[in-house]
Amino acid sequence: MKYLVSFGRFWWDFVVGDDWIAAALVIAAIGATAALAAGGVAVWWVMPLAVAVVLYVSLRRAIAA
Amino acid sequence: MVREVRYVLRRMTAGVFLVLSAFLASAVEMVEALTIVLASGVARGWRSSLTGMGAAVLALAVIVAALGPALTVIPINALRLVVGGLLLTFGLQWLRKAILRASGFKALHDEDEIFSRELAEAKTAAPLLRGGVDWYGFTLSFKGVLLEGLEVAFIVLTFGSTQGSIPLAAAGAAAALVLVAGVGIAVRAPLARVPENTLKFAVGVMLTTFGIFWSTEGAGGNWPGSDAALFGVLAFVISLSALFVAVLRRRKREQLVAAGARA
Repeated sequence: MKYLVSFGRFWWDFVVGDDWIAAALVIAAIGATAALAAGGVAVWWVMPLAVAVVLYVSLRRAIAA
Repeated sequence: MVREVRYVLRRMTAGVFLVLSAFLASAVEMVEALTIVLASGVARGWRSSLTGMGAAVLALAVIVAALGPALTVIPINALRLVVGGLLLTFGLQWLRKAILRASGFKALHDEDEIFSRELAEAKTAAPLLRGGVDWYGFTLSFKGVLLEGLEVAFIVLTFGSTQGSIPLAAAGAAAALVLVAGVGIAVRAPLARVPENTLKFAVGVMLTTFGIFWSTEGAGGNWPGSDAALFGVLAFVISLSALFVAVLRRRKREQLVAAGARA
């Protein structure tokens, strides 16, 4: 069990890192892109805009911390 | 004919991006791994350090060989969606740290300092021989190479499988390995002169660019100009990063001035 927890923690740190909100926002943005694309909307602008917002939020949090 | 030429040019553009990204990311991680191997070798003996490094390289080769073919059977859009999302979360971590370093909010990465710290720790640990190999030196080297190498394996596998060419991505990583190992053997010192912070910035930009591109395609979107849009996304990420660095540098200066006025 201890090794399983360590393994999970390693991959969490590896992919998500110290800002889980940024990761959650990225997942939400991808979901929004998929939903808009399914509705026939041109979605190429969504992810660049989302990245600008995520980076802004993440930098603010890092500096505040 | 024109359409065929355009297709070849698009594939070449993506291929160049792929090799360059794998090379840069691998070079950065390998410089860090080299520092640990050197510290382990100097403090605990080269036999244990090089054995640990060899075992880690073998483990990484097994991981890439096992996961590489498995990834190629996943439908391309599903793969791009998952890989794009992973690269974005992963790449934004790199980019955030790079922006914070460039603007003065985070200390710059210093291989000389890391080498001194690792060396001091390795020298104070008690010797523990197993099979003629110093276990501390072996473990230090093995863990260092495996952990840094996992990031390289992750990038090679995700970039390669999504772009349809794991060998091309592996070639970029192999070129970095030859270069870093060659220079490391020649100078036998941490590669402190490598502009590591700049390289990390470049890797963060590349990972984020590919993350944006593939997650959009995987989610069902199309880019104007197809693969050529990568240049546009790259320009956007560079501009955005430069803007954040400029704003945060100004803020840091203001903080320093205010602190100076209070003192």
